[in-house]
Amino acid sequence: MSLVPLAQVQIRERTGEGCVAENGFCPAWIVENIDKYWAPFLEHVYLTVVSVGVGFAIAFTLALLAHRRRWLTGPIIGVTGALYTVPSVAAFFLLLPITGRGNLTAIVALTAYTLLILFRNITTGLRNVPVEARDAATGMGLTPRQTLWRVELPLAVPEILAGLRIAITTTVGLATLAFFAGGGGLGEQIYSERAGTGGIFFQSNVVVAGGLAILLAAISDLIVLAVQRWATPWRSVSTV
Amino acid sequence: MTPPLVLAQATTPRGLDCPPAPQDLGVLSDAIDFITSSRESISGGVCVGGPAELFELAVSHLAVSAVALLIAVVIAVPVGLWLGHIGRGEFLAVSVSNIGRAVPTLALLAFFVAFLGIGFTNVAAALTLLAIPPILTNTYVGVRQSDRESVNAARGMGLTESQIVRRVELPLSLPSIFGGIRISAVAVVATATIAPLANVQSLGNPILEPQAYGQPGQLGAAIVVALITLATDGGLGLLQRAVTPTGLKLGDQDMRPRRLPIPIRRRTRTA
Repeated sequence: MSLVPLAQVQIRERTGEGCVAENGFCPAWIVENIDKYWAPFLEHVYLTVVSVGVGFAIAFTLALLAHRRRWLTGPIIGVTGALYTVPSVAAFFLLLPITGRGNLTAIVALTAYTLLILFRNITTGLRNVPVEARDAATGMGLTPRQTLWRVELPLAVPEILAGLRIAITTTVGLATLAFFAGGGGLGEQIYSERAGTGGIFFQSNVVVAGGLAILLAAISDLIVLAVQRWATPWRSVSTV
Repeated sequence: MTPPLVLAQATTPRGLDCPPAPQDLGVLSDAIDFITSSRESISGGVCVGGPAELFELAVSHLAVSAVALLIAVVIAVPVGLWLGHIGRGEFLAVSVSNIGRAVPTLALLAFFVAFLGIGFTNVAAALTLLAIPPILTNTYVGVRQSDRESVNAARGMGLTESQIVRRVELPLSLPSIFGGIRISAVAVVATATIAPLANVQSLGNPILEPQAYGQPGQLGAAIVVALITLATDGGLGLLQRAVTPTGLKLGDQDMRPRRLPIPIRRRTRTA
């Protein structure tokens, strides 16, 4: 059988000696080739950071809007929910005619996926602010705007950062499919390295590239967790 | 390289009674035309597209998805019920979904293909692994959040532990369980799009084989995949509502369908 190469993705077939040709798990090959994972890894980081960053800005704005006008919450959840449901591979190809091949398509689609997660967590965080805290703020003479920025948002930080953690790990995972849209990343590395002629995914490569993606998810998760501890010292952080 | 459509042709022989691909259509209408009528492939010699072929691909797509989902339910629901009932393994039940989210679907599928080979069984196994975490977590959370007083009352009435699980905790956690099944189903149907990488026919074929299907095929199939996923989500949402015991529907905003595994949180009734 042969896997049909996707247009624009260069397939490298490994036909070397011994372990590599037999598609084994080859530590020697990994040590020798570890350098080539750097560029896809950075592309992956770039896709994740930009998508989550833009997604957060949009979701945050929407959440503040919905906080002021409650009736907006339903429609926003509906639209972002639909965006979230469309499979990422399909989304990339639906966007191609509009945004063309490349980073932009990948980032637009990945951003769309973060919206529901972030929006829901931000609004939940704002809604869970104790009524007493809000009343106290009003009693102290704070305007609604001051209450939002000085009382409600700080109290919602744990919930918001929990959403950020989910959004980041999800985006790291989905970004492995970004190469379908020409966005590069670790997925392209997984896909393009083959063992033997017309062959199957190369074991050593799948382990390293897949492992790097999981590692990236884990590290960024820990970073946000650290930020959470630093930003909300008054609250013990649950690790789940 | 083998012509990409040999498999599809072997099952449904088609003569070349389809017109050549239309030339003068816009991007979107070309894609719609791909869905509604078959045409000669880009590489020539075979017909691609049209309702018949897309239906065939959709059946294969949904078959591998359904098998994976079914196995995941059979594994995850009993384990989740049991863990929730004895109140242990919270860390396992919750972290399994966190880990599940961090493993990229492409890496999972590529791992199965590289180490176990191609084919229906391996794709179904990879998709099952993908589907288990949300169902397990939601089942666990559902049981833990089911009303303790009802459970105690059942115990006081003399129900055995297994009766409590089956007659009290299971019905009370059904909405949450179906919420998990819904998350998993959407993820599985979405991921089955890349099943052709493991030589399993799915609606991903036109997307992954532009040499034969062309760009209209990619876009057309993407539209069909998106619609099928949305339909899966909507259908399971209705089912979720249908299985919710009437008592839980009354004024409980917190039990509305959830698509994401939710962190375990005390339910508060104060707004």
